[in-house]
Amino acid sequence: MNWWQRLVGRKTMEEQLDKEVRFHLEQCAEELMARGVAPEEARRRARLALGGPEKVKEECRDARGTRWLEDFWQDFRYALRTLRRKPGFTLVAMLTLALGVGASTVMFTVVNGVLLRPLPYPQPGRLVAVHGHTSTWNTKAFGEQNLAYPDFLDCQRESHSLVLAGSLFDGGTVSGSGDPEYVDLQEISSNLFSVLGVNVRQGRAFLPEEDHIGAAPVMILGYSFWQRHFAGRPEALGASVTFNGKLYTVVGIAPPGFRMRDSEPDVMTPLGQDSAKFLQSRGPHPIGAVARLRQGATLAEAQAELQLIGRHLAEQYKDTNADRSFVAQQLRPHVGDIGSTLWLLLGAVGLVLLIACANVASLLLARALSRERELAMRVALGASRGRLVRQCLTESGVLALSGGAVGVGIAALGCQPFIALWPGNLPRVEEIQFDWRVLLFALAVALLSGFLFGLAPALRAPARELEQVLRGGGRSVAGGSRRLHSSFVISELALAVVLLVSAGMLGHTLLRLSSLDPGINVRNVLVSRMALSPSTLANTDRIRAAWQDVLERARRVPGVQAVATVDTFPMREGFNEVGYWPTADVPEENKRPNALATSVSPEYLEVMGIPLRRGRFFTDQDRIGSEVVVVIDEVLAQQAFGGQDPIGKQLWMPDMGYGPFVVVGVVGHVRHWGLAGDDQAQVRAQFYYPFAQLPDKYLKRWSELMSIAVRTEVAPLSEVESLRRELRGAAGDQVLYGVHTMEQLADDSLALQRFLLMLFSIFAGLALLLACIGIYGVLAYLTGQRVPEIGIRIALGASPSGVMWMVLRQSLGMILVGVAIGAAAAFAAGRILQRLVQGMQPAELLSFAEMVPVLVLAALFASLLPARRASRVNPVIALRQD
Amino acid sequence: MQPKSDLPQGTLDLLILKVVALGPVHGYAIAQRLEQVSRHVVQVPQGSLYPALHRLENRGLLAADWKETETGREAKFYRLTGKGRAQLEKEAASWERLTEAVSLILKLSEGGAE
Repeated sequence: MNWWQRLVGRKTMEEQLDKEVRFHLEQCAEELMARGVAPEEARRRARLALGGPEKVKEECRDARGTRWLEDFWQDFRYALRTLRRKPGFTLVAMLTLALGVGASTVMFTVVNGVLLRPLPYPQPGRLVAVHGHTSTWNTKAFGEQNLAYPDFLDCQRESHSLVLAGSLFDGGTVSGSGDPEYVDLQEISSNLFSVLGVNVRQGRAFLPEEDHIGAAPVMILGYSFWQRHFAGRPEALGASVTFNGKLYTVVGIAPPGFRMRDSEPDVMTPLGQDSAKFLQSRGPHPIGAVARLRQGATLAEAQAELQLIGRHLAEQYKDTNADRSFVAQQLRPHVGDIGSTLWLLLGAVGLVLLIACANVASLLLARALSRERELAMRVALGASRGRLVRQCLTESGVLALSGGAVGVGIAALGCQPFIALWPGNLPRVEEIQFDWRVLLFALAVALLSGFLFGLAPALRAPARELEQVLRGGGRSVAGGSRRLHSSFVISELALAVVLLVSAGMLGHTLLRLSSLDPGINVRNVLVSRMALSPSTLANTDRIRAAWQDVLERARRVPGVQAVATVDTFPMREGFNEVGYWPTADVPEENKRPNALATSVSPEYLEVMGIPLRRGRFFTDQDRIGSEVVVVIDEVLAQQAFGGQDPIGKQLWMPDMGYGPFVVVGVVGHVRHWGLAGDDQAQVRAQFYYPFAQLPDKYLKRWSELMSIAVRTEVAPLSEVESLRRELRGAAGDQVLYGVHTMEQLADDSLALQRFLLMLFSIFAGLALLLACIGIYGVLAYLTGQRVPEIGIRIALGASPSGVMWMVLRQSLGMILVGVAIGAAAAFAAGRILQRLVQGMQPAELLSFAEMVPVLVLAALFASLLPARRASRVNPVIALRQD
Repeated sequence: MQPKSDLPQGTLDLLILKVVALGPVHGYAIAQRLEQVSRHVVQVPQGSLYPALHRLENRGLLAADWKETETGREAKFYRLTGKGRAQLEKEAASWERLTEAVSLILKLSEGGAE
């Protein structure tokens, strides 16, 4: 019989035990009677010999060794009965907990999916990322450094501990039937799928012999692309796709959800087939490398080996590889800096949960006090202290688990809507799901909170003098319990203050940020990436004319006021940082100050509505062959030239590959990094240079990443279709993609702050509500206990208002202590927020000044009802009570 | 009637196992058998017999079935399991070693102790 059968078969076992003992007694008595003893006397002697049937039975039960389980079962059913008897209390406690557990579970589900779940590959612990490393590289600002293709090939060939695979991100135009589409391309080495341990869904991965220049052009399609263009038909295998004007044969289809650096590639081609010049040099570092540790190899071995390879290459290729080494790190999901936001929210939700716990604890404690006589009776009947504690904890455990179950239900329903509310893209969103970790978390949170709020009532249960309790009828309130009650209320209030003040600070931050001038006129501006026809890009001579043509055609579209080309536009990912110097003796690379470089066409200033402060902006006369010019913003003017007039001064920028540049104008500063981020950005200085003066050798690369910006007279999005039609080009393969309005982008740059404010307001509101319920409940209980005392006071002449004031004073005391503790904690919370949220100001007194009175008033309001009830106590009834 | 001896600690289990080893038997009969065989020297406290039986059953040394007695009444009959038999042999052997040693010590002549 196992423990479960014992538990279920408890009743049978009891019956059998009884039968066994009875059999013994009867047998014994019969024998005595056979010897002539009178029946009555025989039964008495039999019982005497056995030593009391009930005692024997009890000892047999103990001997079974599952006593605790049976006790637990008994406590469990008792708890259910007690909870059912007070449905109001049970419902409030359960809902409070369900809210707390549900909200934390939602947050944890997101944290789990985004930050904790391992990469979706077999043996993810054996995967590493390989980066380049130089002593001057600023990893914090630019991220990890990629590899030069020849360096990558050397590492791949010479490493014995790693199998390396590389990839290169690019994009291009798929044309042919239907509208041309600009798609994301990953050029991958032929072994990428096998290194990751991923099987293609259909067809095959690339072969090693396809990974060379001149091999037949082959392509693997991303799952979504395949669905979009081939409706998921298997005939896609073997079909040809025109990509950047070249025909590729489809050989495979990637599995759904296959991602590289958190985005699904549309199409993949063999990296080795790319004949681009920059892939043959060790200068540029475009290759992202992942690797799998070979059988038996360790990460440390791989590190040492890569270092050695790096040293050899540094000796061999001094001008490109001096000081360059390679490092391997555990491959981690690519989630950016989302982690801090997620932990912040999990922390805030944790506070709400704590408040919920304190609330339920004070409710339970109040009930435990009114049940004191029952507990005392149990002790008098022989229950041990441990047994009572266990009984109380079982009760709170049952409450916690049922609340937790409802909470998990809330989380299951609430998770998707919550993710949908998330501003922008949540990385690894496909990994967010209910798994065993989430359930374990919810269970742990529920049990832990059950333990937290059950402990106080449980520990004080049998601590009192029995006799006193049994006689006293629970009339007096012990000082200890009042202190315990107050401490619950105080901690609830303190936690609520933290959340309220944080919400207030976020609100102020958001207000301040939205009132900032972005530096441009965001109304009626459309921005969009634009891909020229692949055949144009292949021929450098035609590129300038092609862009000129784009501008002229766009200008002809009715409703368009002005149009410009621009390589990187504000409040969007993508920027070019260039070191500058105001004199000819330019210092070495990492000693130069940086500025953001933007290449534009002449109408850019008009499109964006950036104010011209001095001098002029570009004209069509600024072209190749004429004096190279720049226009700088106020920040750069100040940084480079101080108080002097910058017009006519020169700037040296070796990274640009030409120059020096003559400053011809000064314009207003634009918040390139978004409304929130710009003030704290490392590089704020900006300058513009004419696209028309860009040397030929850069034209192709720049054109591949070009955007157009359009100022319209009508709603900008209504112009998209006509622009698209007008700009398709002669071959019909020029594409607009990634269309936004500047208004959207400016708005989005505050989306995270807005989202945080919304969540913190919800949390703070919940906290306030819970704290008020808590203070109401505790005061109602405490005053209820004092009714006889109040009765005496009134009988002795205390006025109703005096009694009311007495109760309010008690609550005011708790409120003030709670606010004081909470304010200190909120100050600390403010510092955390300031570190984690862009654009956050240090904790302002204003937020405290606004939020604290809200809390104090709400709490006083909650205490008003019990206070009024106290003031209306009828002394005659009160004194006769009990 | 001779004076009755209390059972040394831990021997009750051994005695129960031995009696049950002779064939399936119910609790009352075990008590009877123990008293008879020991010629009433060993007085089994009946109150501790049943907890001991339940403990042994719980440890898997005994198994039990409900059967009819010769008088036609239903009673719980205990029998030895394989595990119980092994335990009995082990404990019986160690008991014998112990009693031998104890009697050897007791047989020492007073003067020979030094």
